[in-house]
Amino acid sequence: MATTPNGFDLDNSGKRIVVDPVTRIEGHMRCEVNVDEDGFIRNAVSTGTMWRGLEVILKGRDPRDAWAFTERICGVCTGTHALTSVRAVEDALGITIPDNANSIRNIMQLNLQVHDHIVHFYHLHALDWVNPVNALRADPKATSELQQSVSPSHPMSSPGYFRDVQNRLKQFVESGQLGLFKNGYWDNPAYLLPPEADLMATTHYLEALDLQTELCKIHTIFGGKNPHPNWLVGGVPCPINVDGTGAVGAINMERLNLVSSIIDKCTAFVNNVYIPDVIAIGGFYKNWLYGGGLSSQACLAYGDIPEHPNDFSADQLHLPRGAIINGNLNEVHEVDVRDPEQVQEFVDHSWYNYGEPGKGLHPWDGVTEANFELGPNTKGSRTNIEAIDEAAKYSWIKAPRWKGHAMEVGPLARYIIGYASGHEDIKGQVEGLLRTMDLPVSALFSTLGRTAARALEAEYCTRLQKQFFDKMIANIRNGDSSTANVEKWEPKTWPKECKGVGMTEAPRGALGHWVQIKDGRIDNYQCVVPTTWNGSPRDSAGNIGAFEAALMNTKMERPEEPVEILRTLHSFDPCLACSTHVMSPEGQELTSVKVR
Amino acid sequence: MPDAQFDSVLVMGIGNVLWADEGFGPRCAEALAASYALPDSVRLLDGGTQGLYLLPFIEEAEALLIFDAVDYGLAPGTLKIVRDGDVPSFMGAKKMSLHQTGFQDVLATAAFKGCAPARMTLIGCQPQELDDYGGGLRDTVAAQIAPALAAGLAELASWGIEARPGRTDTGDLADPSIRRRAYESGRPSEDAACRSGDARFLPGRAG
Repeated sequence: MATTPNGFDLDNSGKRIVVDPVTRIEGHMRCEVNVDEDGFIRNAVSTGTMWRGLEVILKGRDPRDAWAFTERICGVCTGTHALTSVRAVEDALGITIPDNANSIRNIMQLNLQVHDHIVHFYHLHALDWVNPVNALRADPKATSELQQSVSPSHPMSSPGYFRDVQNRLKQFVESGQLGLFKNGYWDNPAYLLPPEADLMATTHYLEALDLQTELCKIHTIFGGKNPHPNWLVGGVPCPINVDGTGAVGAINMERLNLVSSIIDKCTAFVNNVYIPDVIAIGGFYKNWLYGGGLSSQACLAYGDIPEHPNDFSADQLHLPRGAIINGNLNEVHEVDVRDPEQVQEFVDHSWYNYGEPGKGLHPWDGVTEANFELGPNTKGSRTNIEAIDEAAKYSWIKAPRWKGHAMEVGPLARYIIGYASGHEDIKGQVEGLLRTMDLPVSALFSTLGRTAARALEAEYCTRLQKQFFDKMIANIRNGDSSTANVEKWEPKTWPKECKGVGMTEAPRGALGHWVQIKDGRIDNYQCVVPTTWNGSPRDSAGNIGAFEAALMNTKMERPEEPVEILRTLHSFDPCLACSTHVMSPEGQELTSVKVR
Repeated sequence: MPDAQFDSVLVMGIGNVLWADEGFGPRCAEALAASYALPDSVRLLDGGTQGLYLLPFIEEAEALLIFDAVDYGLAPGTLKIVRDGDVPSFMGAKKMSLHQTGFQDVLATAAFKGCAPARMTLIGCQPQELDDYGGGLRDTVAAQIAPALAAGLAELASWGIEARPGRTDTGDLADPSIRRRAYESGRPSEDAACRSGDARFLPGRAG
């Protein structure tokens, strides 16, 4: 037994459980835990098993193109990486953007937040709480009553509607093609919803799919295309011509009206479906308050959604910036991502080499030199690791730290920082939710709190979207239709050497790109992504990362069915694979769960 | 050629251009746009790795033609065509989005919604190398673009769709900076950009 500096008692003597999903595109993740005799997790080890190394493929490229590469890093956060990238390059080159560009970027970033949060809840995370197979046993009439009680304003609530969905679900399950729901642990006692709540949530799974068709259109309108919208260093690549009638590419009134109607639809869904579902489902899991991890002691956010273009002062950002450490919510520290002493990455437990132990490097000075070696207590072979040795190097993820502290990032971190710093909107939402659910503030620090914070943030983001839409319209009416500043587009206007940083709050948390430009080309590019923070391994001092901390002391109903592990890891919306629903061509489950 | 059977056809290349042969699908879409004029009823799209976010495009389509790198367990560069009900089972191993939605799940979701395309064809190429981040297509796989396009055009023809030599203007492809030629020719040298990694995933590279 050992206690980490960040206060967790680790004991790796119990049964070792390995969850090693197999996926390729976004990078891989593996998780190992030790469980004691009573089924409680007493040690957790999170391993990123794939190195992406985006940094090195950008060397020598044109910095104005970096967004297009970073947009392909991952399958969903395309826009947020692109935005972070253009901000980094603009910062390096001293380029300012016009007011409309700020509003449009905010609308797109907020749209991504809302879109991602909804898709995350209904299409990734819901199956950790909701049992669609159990929904087959629901009474459609009772489901209708439940729907009307949890959300009286939602029009789709008749018994016939739910009966129809139930029939489709039944056909689907019977046809055997239900890859979607096939590999769940559907008889695990960790599932607590009555069949009617399961049917209601499964129905909303379908409604959310319909909504996302609408949400995508906003990116098409402002980004010119979807699923990979265009971005531009200096602004946004869409001219505005409100008097135009369907001119190719230009934003006219017809398109702006469409944006407005999509924001309205989205707002209605979040208010009438998403928030009520989280409250209703959460109500059945009120006693399952595991998974808080670092959230009660160390949270970090860079902040986003600037009120004015080119002004990233903390008090001008609608999504809060700040750092909380040592569990002291009375003090929210200012964060400076340029300060070499604040954000640093450590590699003592990561498969990289810095040349000396205990060394941390700021991303501008970041070095990416691989060094794959396994510790002496590794079980298995180099190509088939049965159990990793966490005392040695054990992950391809570096360990970023803020002033030496392991931090949680993401919606819950943003909401705790907002709550602690007295952010009016956030504080009001959090207090309202806790009152409705009759829960204390401490309940926030949990897996469920993470899931609830995401829903509240979606609601807040729809309001902000409307706000920036109105702001843009007012600005256009005042005669300003400028969307880009191309004064410094040509490399001959650039300094010989410069560096910059771009920050956003991605759906999953604080995202930073640090760029160095030399002779018109990228000399160094470092991304510290949200999952680097949350999925980080131990550091030289022995602090465990946010995923690891969140798994600690969770009770597992059946160790061979890692519902609880997946529930908590999914609550972070990880940018790494960690799915129970991974399939081989023959339809077998590829995610292996091994108990040793 | 039969009469056109569908008002709405989606031709989509999927995969991640940053992962060597994994970019086969999007590169096929680019090559198709550069050498053939498709009628207005056809939408040509670089789907990237967007998983569930591609559902709206699939729902709109009555017929779907997919180009992709697929691990069939065959010799590298082998093309294999599967159709309709066989398509999902060949796309299961491939995780596309970070929401871990395989394309199989996307097709299952479309079916669950009652919006699956009536016809589906997958033109897949067995990759040679997937785990080379920042790399381009290997020669054996690049050589299959032309045969894959020929197979795709034959498939379209069987649906009554004629593609003439020419160009298709579409905004739905990759940004020019990451189109194949710019992407592959602009890659930094191995000295500048270390390419080693985990032995389990980058076989033969890790020291």
